Parts: sequence; structure tokens; C-alpha cells
Amino acid sequence: MVKTATYRLHFVLLFVALLIAFFLNVSLGSVAIPFGEVVSVLTGQGASKETWNYILLDYRLPKTITAMIAGGGLAISGLLMQTLFRNPLAGPFVLGLSSGASLGVAFLILGAGAIGGVLGVLLMNPWSMVLAAGLGSFLVLLAVLAVTFKIKDTMAILIIGLMFGSVTTAVVSVLSYFSSAEQLQQYVFWSFGSLGNQSWQGVFILSLCFAAGLILSVVSSKSLNSLLLGENYAKSMGLHIKRTTVIVILATSILAGGITAFAGPIAFVGLAVPHLVRQVFKTADHFILLPAVLLYGAILMLLCDIIAQLPFTSYTLPINAITSLIGAPVVIWLLVRKRKLFF
Amino acid sequence: MEQQQAKNIDLEVRNLTIGYKAKNGDAIIADAINFSLREGTLIGMVGANGIGKSTLLRTLTGMQPALSGEILLYGKKLRSYSGFQLAQFISVVLTEPPASKNLSVRELISLGRQPHTNWMGSLSSEDNKAIDYALEVTETTSLSHRKCYELSDGQMQRVAIARALAQDTPIIILDEPTTHLDIYHRAYVLKLLKKLATEANKTILFSTHEIDLAIQLTDYLIVMTQEETSFDTPCNLIESGKFNTLFPSKTIAFDPETGRFVIK
Repeated sequence: MVKTATYRLHFVLLFVALLIAFFLNVSLGSVAIPFGEVVSVLTGQGASKETWNYILLDYRLPKTITAMIAGGGLAISGLLMQTLFRNPLAGPFVLGLSSGASLGVAFLILGAGAIGGVLGVLLMNPWSMVLAAGLGSFLVLLAVLAVTFKIKDTMAILIIGLMFGSVTTAVVSVLSYFSSAEQLQQYVFWSFGSLGNQSWQGVFILSLCFAAGLILSVVSSKSLNSLLLGENYAKSMGLHIKRTTVIVILATSILAGGITAFAGPIAFVGLAVPHLVRQVFKTADHFILLPAVLLYGAILMLLCDIIAQLPFTSYTLPINAITSLIGAPVVIWLLVRKRKLFF
Repeated sequence: MEQQQAKNIDLEVRNLTIGYKAKNGDAIIADAINFSLREGTLIGMVGANGIGKSTLLRTLTGMQPALSGEILLYGKKLRSYSGFQLAQFISVVLTEPPASKNLSVRELISLGRQPHTNWMGSLSSEDNKAIDYALEVTETTSLSHRKCYELSDGQMQRVAIARALAQDTPIIILDEPTTHLDIYHRAYVLKLLKKLATEANKTILFSTHEIDLAIQLTDYLIVMTQEETSFDTPCNLIESGKFNTLFPSKTIAFDPETGRFVIK
């Protein structure tokens, strides 16, 4: 809408910050690796120790990439949801999207025990995790949307999202009653959220989801801009509301569903980052907000992951806890400062 | 008056019935509506609350289907236009405020260019010229970097009109553009509409409760009552006594001398 050039410096700085966060994230972990060695591995020369090579290339690098995709992707889906529902409190977590993904994964992990045998083994590959989480979040979003078409009250939609969360918890507890301790543990660890232990194959699948979601978001940015005026104004300017809604929901469920499948439910990034970005970028234009939210989300997630790793110790905290610990105070601070959240 | 008769007809309504489709029969709100809106004229629409002004406006802008009758936009049926095509001919100013208050004034107005821009919505010099013109005419240039949440009702209304202007359509339809405004801003907005009709040759239709102001400024009026919907010049409507049927005559009555309603 308004010239992008004004924000060029912002974007350059953000990019530099992302690079720094990237190197910090790769360099820090439970095993201390000298920075020089990290650089030589990343530039393809290899480290002086074979274990360092392995740690960096097969553990830390996939984790770092997952962190960037998860942070950026969740932040984007938060931005999309806030505009689509024209509600500053919207986000993948609040609307029950993550609950839906959890339910999908719970059915897969815990239900595999019930179905059992060959089918259970078949269900346990990374693709089926993505499908289950994606399908779960997509179904929840469709339900939320059906309600949106009927009820115009945005508070009602949020309550429905919370209800889906409750239903999920209930269904998961029923499922866990019938499942083995091993499966239960697998699910509980998934729900803590974890960026690590990703195979390169998993990272590849995640990148595909991310790319698809990103393309759909960019394509619908002009429509999202007109939705800022409200549905009726958007319609009067020739916008196809139903088509836009479907595309935006598809983008959100691919992004949030895919990320939740691989990294577990990660709270608050989707909600807080768009609001943080709106403080810095004084615009409502999605063509500027989208890349900004992507970069901010990625940087924030890298930093959260550094904290979660507790560098130089052998402990790793659940990433979900760290993002909540940082995200919730940020939202409160924004509210106290501005007294009102805009979208 | 003869000069106006010679002008092209932009929008023509023939024997229109408006209302809502329901399972147990249609709920008719008004019927036998006939009028034609000519290029470069200012048309007001008056009627009591709940008489169907908004429904008629929504039907005319294609947001709601007509129950029967015809709406012709430049001689072609309104329903044959796609939403995108319609956006090239009709822009609207609604009673609802923009959903996002985070938009700056210039951003909001530039959104009006959407039907003319590419998939990225990037603005050409022609687009920027249209935006500058809209800002200038509505005297909102000094507000252009303000955010919507900082604006007063009067300023917001001018910005909403500027957005419609930026859309650069021959027809502008406004739903109660003077509500929530003080007497100065009510007169300001209506004079602005009059200016746009005469100087920029826009066809402007608006609904309003400011009957006395509308009588003074408009070229034509649509008067909606329970019994009928009439369309004529304000003078003719006064002569035929249409304004007396507008409200229950026990409480207020129309004084044809002053063109105002007086309390009985």
C-alpha cells in the first residue's frame, strides 16, 4: 500500500539479527564446540573431531532450521488468523488449531496401539504425523469457520476455540486410558514441544509445508489487506470472500499443522509476534508485515531455543514452556502500554 | 432541470421488490420501486427507521439479491456483473467503521485502489494521483499519516468518502453518511457530496435522516413510506405532500413553507 523502501533498513537489520541468532543457535548446546570449528563445518570443511561434525550436521543444524521455520511459520499463521477473524486475540493456539493438531497426533500415537499390528507400524512414519496433525487442525478450523459464518460475535469464536481445547483434552485422556505407558510417554513428550531430534527427511517435509503455506499467504496478502476494512467493504471492492477465506485457512492449517506435527504445540509465538511487529512497523500492509513477522518469529524462536537448550548443560527444557514464559509477558506488556491491541 | 433530463442514465430500477428470502415465503420489505439515477446528480433517500433504506442500498450494490424486478447498470442487468466488474462502477461508504483501526489514513484510502492494482496491490503513479486527489477533495491531506483510531467521527467519515473516491467509480452509494456527526459536519459532508456530483460528475446516492438538508441540496429524492416508494425532485415531492406521509402525523408534521418538520 505504501512504499516498501522506507522499511529497507529495518529489513537489513532484521536479516543481520537472524544471521547472528542462527550462528549463536548452532554454536551453543550441551557440548561446547569452538566457534571456529562451527564455521568450518558450516562452510563444508569439516571439524577436527568427527563427533563435532556429527553433532553439528545431524543434530544442531536440523534443529536450528526447524526452529526458524516453526517461529516464522507460527508467526505468519497468527498474522493471517488475526486479519481473517479481525480479532487481535486470534492465533493458532487460541482458536484451538493446535488442539486439533494434538488430537490428530493423539489418535495416531495412542490409537495406533488400539488398531495395532502392521497398520500401527505403518502409521508411525513422519508423513503420517504431518497428515494427522494437519487434518486435525484443518477440521477444527473448518468447525470454527462454520461457527463464524453463523455467529458474527468474535468472542463466541474464541470461546468455541477454548471448547475445542477442552474436548481435545477429554478425548486424549480417554485415549490414554486405553494406551500403553510407552505410547503415552511418546505423546506427552510430543506435547512438550521439541525442535530437536529431527531427521533431515523431516526437515525437508517441514520445509515443503512451510513453502506451500508461505506461497498461499503471499498470494492472499492483497485480499487480506482489503479485509482490514471489513467483509462488506472488501466485497464492494470485488473480493471473493469465500475463496479468500478458504485459501487463508488452508495456508494456516498447512503451516500450523505441519509445525505442530514436527515440533509439538508451541504457544504464544503466533499470537505475540504480529503484535510486536506492529509496534515496530507502523503499517497494516501485509506485504510488509508478512516478511517482518516471518523474520521476527524466526529470530525469537532461535533465541527461545538457545534458552531452552541451557547451553553447556545436559538439560533441555520444553520449548513450549519457554515461548509461553516469554510470550505471555510480552502480550501483557503490550496491553498495558497501548491499553488496546490492534490488528 | 431540462439539462439534467438530457444526462445519461447510470442506474435504472424497474418494478423492484426488495426483502429477504425465507423458507416460509419471502419477507417483502418494499415493492414497486421505480427510479433512474442520472449521471452527475445527487440523490437522497429518506424514510423512517426500519423502512428498508439499507436493504434497498444493499440490493442496489449487489450485496443482496432482489426478490423481483430489474436493476440495470448502464443498460445491463446488475446480476450479470461480477463482483470485480461491479467494483469498477460502484463504490460504497458503509455505516460500519473499518475493521482494523491500525490502518493509517493514506493506507485506508489507497485500499480503494484495489480494483485497479495488480496482485501485489502496488500503486502506480496514476494510483497515487487518484489517492492524492481523494485526500485533497475531502480535505484530509493533513491527516494522511494519522492512524484510524486517532480520528474523530467527522474525520473518519471524510476518510471513508475519500476511499470511495479513490476507487474512482462513476457511482458512489453511501449509507447514512451523516449519522453521529454534528450539524457542521453533516452540512459539510452533504455539501461535499453535492460538489462531487456537480464538479466531478459523480452519480451519488445516499440515505439520510437529514430531510431538511437533503431537500436543500439534492437533485432528486427517494421517499420510502409504508405505502409506497416515490422518486422525484424535492420541489415536486413537497407539492404532492409526500413528506407528510413519512412519519405518523400525530407527533410531527411537515411544513412546506420552510421545508422542515415541526413538532405538533
